[in-house]
Amino acid sequence: MIEVQEITKSYGDSRNPVRVLKGIGLRIEDGDFAVILGASGSGKSTFLNVISGLERPDSGRVLYGEQDIAALSDRELTRFRKDNIGFIFQQYYLLPNMNVDKNVKMGADLAGNREYREVIRAVGLGEKLRKYPGQLSGGEQQRVSVARALAKKPAYLFLDEPTGALDEQTGRQVLDYICKLKQEYGFTVLMVTHNQNIAEMANTVIRMNSGKISEIYTNEKQKTAYEIGW
Amino acid sequence: MKSRRLLMRLDGEGMLVGIKDAAKLVGILIITCCAVMVCTMFLNYYMDVTGIEDEIASEQVMVFYRAQVATAKVVCGVSGGCMLITSVVMLLFYIKHYIDVHKKELGILKALGQSDISVAGNFWVFGFSVLFGAALGFAGAFLLMPLFYEVQNKDKILPDFSVQFHPILLLFLVVIPAAAFAALAVFYAWHKLKTPVIDLLKDRLSPSAGKIRYREDKSGDCPFLKDLKRNTLKGKKALVFFMVFASFCFSSMTQMAFSMKNLASVMMGVMILLIGLVLACTTLLLAITTVIRGNTKTIAMMRVFGYSQRECCGAILGGYRPASYIGFALGTVYQYVLLRIMVDIVFRDFEGIPDYGFDLPVMLLSLAVFIGFYEIVMYVFSERIKKISVKEIMLEG
Repeated sequence: MIEVQEITKSYGDSRNPVRVLKGIGLRIEDGDFAVILGASGSGKSTFLNVISGLERPDSGRVLYGEQDIAALSDRELTRFRKDNIGFIFQQYYLLPNMNVDKNVKMGADLAGNREYREVIRAVGLGEKLRKYPGQLSGGEQQRVSVARALAKKPAYLFLDEPTGALDEQTGRQVLDYICKLKQEYGFTVLMVTHNQNIAEMANTVIRMNSGKISEIYTNEKQKTAYEIGW
Repeated sequence: MKSRRLLMRLDGEGMLVGIKDAAKLVGILIITCCAVMVCTMFLNYYMDVTGIEDEIASEQVMVFYRAQVATAKVVCGVSGGCMLITSVVMLLFYIKHYIDVHKKELGILKALGQSDISVAGNFWVFGFSVLFGAALGFAGAFLLMPLFYEVQNKDKILPDFSVQFHPILLLFLVVIPAAAFAALAVFYAWHKLKTPVIDLLKDRLSPSAGKIRYREDKSGDCPFLKDLKRNTLKGKKALVFFMVFASFCFSSMTQMAFSMKNLASVMMGVMILLIGLVLACTTLLLAITTVIRGNTKTIAMMRVFGYSQRECCGAILGGYRPASYIGFALGTVYQYVLLRIMVDIVFRDFEGIPDYGFDLPVMLLSLAVFIGFYEIVMYVFSERIKKISVKEIMLEG
């Protein structure tokens, strides 16, 4: 379980701070599929960075079970991410000089996962192991980044606008892969998006506005990637 | 900032490549400065000393005179040539790097109808770094020359002669190199810009990078970090050259400065030592900075995924360590062979030249200092790697 208590985060100098997160509290159960919705500038990406240990909050606690990751040293935090967290970003951030196999191996080696090619096959790229990011479409590149994140067998998967750079069909396809793999591996998902329709796939929806959570609700029935609007 | 510069160029009021970009070629500036300073001092000395040849009557003095002339030729040829090649490689590397970084802006200019040559024409400003470096070296040489002349003829074996100004040296060591480098920059940029517009706009890798990729496929199941280390080295071979060159300079110049204490003046030794250290430091820092800048995204993603600082450093910088030690070994051999040639061939007719042998203690001392210096630099840069965050690459978009 992830529990966030009174998180605050500001940028800029001390005279003129820009308060991005203004005291956020939240609880996400293990195995949850949570979506953070919000307009541009609402603080949702910063919140994702803080909750995933990429950034430290100015105050507050980020608890994974009993462990407060906001209090960990840099080395301990790196270790924590290595053992627990997977990331998928809007811009994929694949290594351009490495083929699909090697890009996924980047994640797999951290977990000592020798069967990582199963994940590549699971995202439908079994035939493209030797292709390079530049030789793949945007959707295929995002599927590589999905495989890379899952090959390290994370307990928690964080996604920052994973379909933001994709067309509708490819976006649905990528979300469908993530949902299917979630069923199979059982990880917890926390996704940031501005697409309200994607929220219908989640069981928990968190709406953010001006650095605060304005609404949290649960969906009784979750839709599939092909049932939602776009 | 980039787009403002681009717009200025589109309006025809400014330049795509500015003086600030040329200033970044500080490595070339320093190398040119050192090369021109050494060549000016020795060539000027050569020209002045040949002017008194007719005044030499004794055979003993003539032998000394010939040795001085031969030294000037060898030092100019070897040091000047070596540094010229390095400056050319550095310039080409920087232009390639500049085009890689600014592919999209250059692509937009081409897409809007600018011809390759008109875009490449902006790269002439890179000649400025050579002009400044050469002018600095030339002026520096004239400041040092009175002392240099005095030391070269301290026993008053040769008849008295003073420092003369030779305009031809200014032409051949400052004006022509600056013009040649500017022309080379334009030509090379023009050659690199012959890429299709769409490849520039879509930030596609060059065909040569493609060759590296396919070779890399054979790596099979080797661990990711080992693969990354290999890829980093293969991706920018020019940087391997700079690493080798940096340690080569350090090794050859420091050892030569101490080994030749019986063969030349203290001033010559100090000069060689300083030039060696400046060249080694500049090239090493330039190469490592470029390696880290070129791999910022990779390092950031590795840190996000949980690779430790040590693992990132090992994969990105560790591969250059063997290259540096090879450079050190080459430098050791080079300085020994060069001094051997000086003693056995250039000064063979001159009496009283002390015997020269390989100086093992100097080599060991130089190696120890080199290892210490290299590891300190690596440590400093590993701390920089630690500070790279995913936020940086997110902000880049």
